Amino acid sequence: MPEHTQGVYPPALTESFADERTEPFWLAAVEGRVVASKCDNCGTVVLPPKPYCFECNGESFTWVDLPGTGTIYTFTIIRHPLHPGLRDVVPYVSGVIDLDGTQGAGARLFGNIIGRDPEQMRIGDKVEVAFEPLSDTYAMMRFRWLSQ
Amino acid sequence: MTLKDKAAIAGIGATPYYRRGESLPLTETQMACQAILEAVDDAGLTIKDVDGFALYSAPIDPAEIGAILGIPEIRFSATLTSGGGGSAGSLGLAAAAIATGQAECVVSLMTLQQAKRRLGGTRTEGGGGGMGASSNPYGSGTIPPIIGFIGNAGMASPGHSFSLLTQRHMHQYGTTREHLAHVAINQRELAIKRPTALQTEPLTMDDYFNARMISDPLCLYDYTMESDGAVAAITVSADRAKDLRHPPVYIMGSAHGGMGRWSSAIFTWFQMPDEYFASSGHRPVAKRMYEMAGIGPEDVDVALLYDHFSPMVIMQIEDYGFCPIGAGGPFVAEGNTRIDGKIPVNTHGGHLSEAYIIGMTHVREAVEQLRGDAINQVEDAEIALVTGGPAGLPVSGTLLRR
Repeated sequence: MPEHTQGVYPPALTESFADERTEPFWLAAVEGRVVASKCDNCGTVVLPPKPYCFECNGESFTWVDLPGTGTIYTFTIIRHPLHPGLRDVVPYVSGVIDLDGTQGAGARLFGNIIGRDPEQMRIGDKVEVAFEPLSDTYAMMRFRWLSQ
Repeated sequence: MTLKDKAAIAGIGATPYYRRGESLPLTETQMACQAILEAVDDAGLTIKDVDGFALYSAPIDPAEIGAILGIPEIRFSATLTSGGGGSAGSLGLAAAAIATGQAECVVSLMTLQQAKRRLGGTRTEGGGGGMGASSNPYGSGTIPPIIGFIGNAGMASPGHSFSLLTQRHMHQYGTTREHLAHVAINQRELAIKRPTALQTEPLTMDDYFNARMISDPLCLYDYTMESDGAVAAITVSADRAKDLRHPPVYIMGSAHGGMGRWSSAIFTWFQMPDEYFASSGHRPVAKRMYEMAGIGPEDVDVALLYDHFSPMVIMQIEDYGFCPIGAGGPFVAEGNTRIDGKIPVNTHGGHLSEAYIIGMTHVREAVEQLRGDAINQVEDAEIALVTGGPAGLPVSGTLLRR
């Protein structure tokens, strides 16, 4: 049994189930980089990657590097363990992150946020993406609290 | 042409409401049949009159019901896409079938048994299974790549999703837990007067604040119950309804849908623009529904708002125009949604305190209010609003009048 730490959500998924469209995100993640697919026509960032840009319906995207920082758009403190394995993990925080270098909506990521007392966590706080490689092709996506 | 006043609800039928799993050894199909038979009887019709199904969330297969009950001919069989957001919209779908001459006597219903599956349950085991598989029975059944982005987020139940919307609403508008408490307490007060209600004990502000937190800012009493049971409604043409057992309950207006980028957002991903992230997703549906009916929120006498989570009542109060956007919390706390308030809300106790049959108890209560035989009767109620969702698109709203 893996050891569980309060506040740190353990990986439930160990493979990416990626296709050609999403694989570059995870291969960069394994290296600790945050990349995003950007519409070649209008510059909208679409994340997770989709076959069309929701603004202009462009089908051509280029992977760009993002700074890997962002702000908490919203979050919840999960206190009730949904299965017995989470008993030692709750309370933990999961939230929605507006990524720097994107327009926000349409390119958000979400996941477990660590590094801060849940009671002190606020919308608008700065975080950084903290990937933890799970294999050569997939990483745990987590966010580390940086500042208010 | 619109659907306005073309059709009417003529009959309502229901099984008893049960706590989760307590409807065994009945099956969902049996409960559906029971509710349908009661509804046609309530209308003064028989099962031989039924010729259509206008459904949402695919609770049953009309092919099976048709065979079990010996329905002579099914002329219309359609389901709104996605889940509970279509509950009120299924009445509009029934009205559309009738107004276009495709069917004459249409069933809408929900049947639910949560003994083996729990709608609010975990998706944590097996790496988030249940989120991915396409509803297309001919689909490949493969796990979609989006799972890699959501399976490890620790967000594994609908309550987590609605907590995110609520937290944002609190941040933007100053909504508080005390506001949410008023939603739960109002509904409990009304529920305990009804013999059908599963919750029978009063709820105080102290009880609310002493309850365990599930997923901040939501506590136990902000969540719906898990229930079993079935409720069916029979819709016929407005003309035919006049000659049946009860006074007609006319469908004045109905709409379903939502902003495209609302998507199935609340269950999987949160990409909605700022403008309507902290909302119920109902604003465009409300607008079309009121336009079809030719009325406004000031004309509505009672609102039956889909309430799987208490804050979504507040957001719908805003999105259906009963108060300005962002003002829903104080509006509720000031008593405006109580039975003697400006707009009585969820006079049956709702999902929070009566029973959770995915929106159909709200339809039943609307019909009772407009027939004048509701237990918590709103005096002289002439127009009722019923909603389905907030959920993945489509969400829906329907205006009924006596």
